Amino acid sequence: MGSLFDFMLPDLKSPMTGASTDALMAFIHIVSFIILAGVTIAMIYFAIKYRRRSDDDETPLITHNNALEVTWSVIPLILVFIVFGWGYSGWLNLKSVPDNAYEIQVSAYKWGWTFSYETGAQIGNEVHVPVGRPVKLVMRSQDVIHSFFVPDYRIKQDVLPNRYTYVWFQAEEVGESQIFCTEYCGTSHSDMLAKVIVHTEEDFQNWLADQKAGGGGTPVERGENLITIQGCVTCHSVDGSDKIGPTFQGLWDNQRNFENASSQTADENYIRESILDPSAKIVEGYQNQMVSYEGRLSDDDISDIIEYIKTLEE
Amino acid sequence: MPTAEVSNVRTLKVKRFKPSEDPKNTYLNQEKGLWAWMTTVDHKKIGLMYLGSVTFFFLVGGVLALLLRTELLSPAETFIQADTYNQFFTLHGAIMVFFVLIPSIPAALGNFVLPMQLGAKDVAFPRLNLASLYIYWIGAIFTFIALANNGLDTGWTFYTPYSTQSTTSVVWVTLGVFILGFSSILTGTNFLATIHKMRAPGITWGKLPLNLWALYATSVIQVLATPVLAITLLLLTMENVLGIGIFDPALGGDPVLFQHFFWFYSHPAVYIMIVPGFGIISEVITTFSKKHIFGYWAIALSSLAIAFIGFLVWGHHMFVSGQSSVATTVFSFLTFLVGIPTGIKILNWVATLYKGSIEMKTPMIYVFIFLFLFSIGGFTGIMLGALSADVHLHDTYYVVAHFHYVMMGGTLIALLAGLHYWWPKMTGKMYNEFLAKIAAGFIFIGFNVTFLPQFIMGSQGMPRRYYNYIDQFTIFHQTSTIGSYLLGVGFLIIAYYLYKSLMSGEKAGSNPWGSRGLEWQATSPPDFHNFDHTPVVINGPYDYHRPMEEFQLGLADSHNGHGTHHEVNPDPELAGSN
Repeated sequence: MGSLFDFMLPDLKSPMTGASTDALMAFIHIVSFIILAGVTIAMIYFAIKYRRRSDDDETPLITHNNALEVTWSVIPLILVFIVFGWGYSGWLNLKSVPDNAYEIQVSAYKWGWTFSYETGAQIGNEVHVPVGRPVKLVMRSQDVIHSFFVPDYRIKQDVLPNRYTYVWFQAEEVGESQIFCTEYCGTSHSDMLAKVIVHTEEDFQNWLADQKAGGGGTPVERGENLITIQGCVTCHSVDGSDKIGPTFQGLWDNQRNFENASSQTADENYIRESILDPSAKIVEGYQNQMVSYEGRLSDDDISDIIEYIKTLEE
Repeated sequence: MPTAEVSNVRTLKVKRFKPSEDPKNTYLNQEKGLWAWMTTVDHKKIGLMYLGSVTFFFLVGGVLALLLRTELLSPAETFIQADTYNQFFTLHGAIMVFFVLIPSIPAALGNFVLPMQLGAKDVAFPRLNLASLYIYWIGAIFTFIALANNGLDTGWTFYTPYSTQSTTSVVWVTLGVFILGFSSILTGTNFLATIHKMRAPGITWGKLPLNLWALYATSVIQVLATPVLAITLLLLTMENVLGIGIFDPALGGDPVLFQHFFWFYSHPAVYIMIVPGFGIISEVITTFSKKHIFGYWAIALSSLAIAFIGFLVWGHHMFVSGQSSVATTVFSFLTFLVGIPTGIKILNWVATLYKGSIEMKTPMIYVFIFLFLFSIGGFTGIMLGALSADVHLHDTYYVVAHFHYVMMGGTLIALLAGLHYWWPKMTGKMYNEFLAKIAAGFIFIGFNVTFLPQFIMGSQGMPRRYYNYIDQFTIFHQTSTIGSYLLGVGFLIIAYYLYKSLMSGEKAGSNPWGSRGLEWQATSPPDFHNFDHTPVVINGPYDYHRPMEEFQLGLADSHNGHGTHHEVNPDPELAGSN
C-alpha cells in the first residue's frame, strides 16, 4: 500500500540516508489518508442522514462521552509517539556520519557553491563523488544563510556564516542528482543550483587526478578557474550578456561611467578596488549589491583574475 | 416563572424580552457620519472598520498572490523580474500574516460578537479598543510608506544576516510591524478583561460560548507572545541602525538566535490566527445542527492547551538550522503533543453532527470545507513534525501547501463561515444563498487545485521562494496557477453578492438561523448598546433542548442604564406572575 504514495517522491539514490524517511512518509500518508477518509465519510453521511426535515426537528441531548474522548485521544497519541520515534531514529542516522566517510569542504556564497577536495582541487557548482562510499560534506557560508538540499538523497542542512554544519550521504548508483539552495538568499536564490556527479571509484580517482591542485596553469587559466569557483560569473558574464552586474567582456582599459556621474578607465587598481570595496564606485545602471571579497581572495588570486579579464575583448 | 437562580446567593427578577423584528434604533442609524465613525467607541463599529481594513489588505495580498502564480506559469521570467518576484512574495506573506490573518477573526468578528455573546454593552475598555484600531492603521500606513519607498525583499521572516545586509526598507517595515503588535496586545488585554468582568448574570465559565473560550485563549497568546516580537524587531533595528552585533556574524552576533526569537513569537502567532477560527466552527456547527456541542469542556480546554503548549514548539521551524540536537528532539516531541488537542476538536465537531438536524446553509458549508481542509493541514503538520521527514520537506512547496491548508483552509475558511453566519446580525440584511453556495464551490475546488499539486512538487524537491524552477515542475506550477484563478473568481462572487446584500438585500430577522446564542437575542442590526435590557442567562449557549423563551430573559427591573424604558413584549407565561 506504501507504493500508493510513491509518485510523490523522487527516486531514492542514497538508501543509507533516505530509506527510513521514505518508509516513515509512506506510513504517515497511509494512516492520515485512512483517518481523513473516515472523518470525511462520517461528515457527509451525517449531513445526509440527519438532514433537517422541518424547523421543529428535535435533537437528542448528547453532551459528551468520556470513553469516546479518551479513546480518540489515546489512539492518536500512540500513533504520534510511533511517528516521533521513527522520525527521531531516522534523524539520528542522518546525524551519524560513518567513520570511513570521504570528506569534501563546501563553501556557499551568493549564488553558488564551491567544493574543495583534500588534494587541493576546487570546483564550482558540481560535486564529484565516488559511488558506494559514504561522503561527508563540511559546509560553511561566505555571506548569508544558505541551505544544501539533495532531494534524491533526502538530505538537507542549513549552511551558516559563523559555524560549520555537515551532511553525509552514500550514492548507490552512478549518475547525477540535483542540488538546490533552500534558504532564501536574494536575487538569484532560485539559480543557486548545483549537481552531484557520481562516478565509479576508478573514474572518480581519475577525475580527481585530472584536477589541477590549487588551480595550476598560467595566470590566465587560474583566473578563469577562480571566477567560476568564486561565483563571479553568477553576476558578471564573460560574453557581453547583461546580468546582475556589468559584464567582464570589454571591461579592460575601457571608460567606466559611475552612478555619481564621475568616470574612470578600468585599470588594475580599479578592478582591485571593485573586488575588495565594491560599493566605492557603482557603474551606472546597476545596484550596489556585491559583497566585498576581502579575505576570500589573495593578492595573487586578484592578479590572476585581472590577467584573465584582460583577455576578454569585445 | 418570575425568578431565575443564577447563583446560590442572589435571586434575580427576570422577564422575557423578545427581540423586535423591526428595530427603530440600531447602531447603524445612530452616530452617523464620518466623524462619528472615526471617534466611535462602539465595539460593533470598530469591528466593522477592522473588517473593512482587513478586506482591503486581503485584496492587496490576494492580487499579489495571483501575480506570483502568474509569474510561475513558466520557468525563469514570465512577466516580472527576479527582484520584483522576491518583493512580491515578501509582501504577500507579510500582508497576509500581519495585516490580515492576525487581526481578522479576533479584531474584526471578535470585536463585534464578543460583547454581545457576553450580554455586555461594550468591551471593558472601549477607548482602548478604538486606540488599538488607530495603532493598527498607523502601523499599516508606516509600513506602506516604507514599502513604497524602497520595497522589502527579505521574506516575511526577516531572517538574518540577509535582512541586516539587504538594501531595502527593512528597518522601517519592522518598525511598522512593531507598532502593529501593540494593536494586537491591546485587543488581547481588552478581551481578557471583558471576558473576566463583563459577563451577564448567569454566564458562568461553563456557560461561556466556545467562541469566547477560543478568543480567551487567543488573547492570552497575544498578550504573552507579541512583546517578544517587539523585542526581536527592536534588536534587529538596533543592529541595522547602530551596528550593535546581535544577529550578524560579521559583527559577532548569531543568526540562529534571530530565528529563535522570531519563531518564539511567530509560532504562537499561528495559534493567534487559527484558534479564533475554532471558536467560529463551534458556534456555526451547533446552530446548523440544532444540537448541543459534543464535548464542551474538551473543546474549551483544548484551546487553552494549544495556547500553552504552542509556546514550547517554536524550534520545529529550525530542525535543519543548526540548532542543538537535544533541542531539536525535544521540539519535535512537543510538536506532536500540540497536535493531539487539535485532533480532539475535529472529532468532537464531527460527533456533534451525529443525530443533529443538519441544514446546509452557506456558513455550514464552510464548516464542512474547514473540517476537510484543516484536517489535511493537520496531517501534513504531523509529517513535518517528524524529524527525518522534515529534513527532506523543510523549505519546499510541501511546507507552503501545509501552511496554506492550515491558514487559508483553516483560518480564512472559518472567517468566511463566521462572516456569512453573523452577516445578517451585522448588517440586518440577508445575502443571496444560491450565489454564496456557488462561490463556496469555486473556493473549495480552486483551493485544492492550487495547493494539492504543491504537496507533490514539494516532496519531489521543489524549494519554496523560487523565481525560476527546473522543467520537471512545470506541470504542477501551471495546475496550481489555474487553481489560484478559480479561487480569485470565488472571492469576486462573494464581493458581488455581499455588495448586493448591503445595497438591496432582503431584511434579516433577529435570529434567522434559530440559534440559541445570546448575540441572536438582540435585534438585527443590534441596538447601539446591543440589548435594551440586562440579559440573564440560565441555559448553556448550546442547550437546543430548552425552549427559545428561556434564552430571552433579562432583568425585570433594570433599564440597562437608559433613562427611558423601551417597549418590550413580555411573554405572558414567563412574565405573567410578575
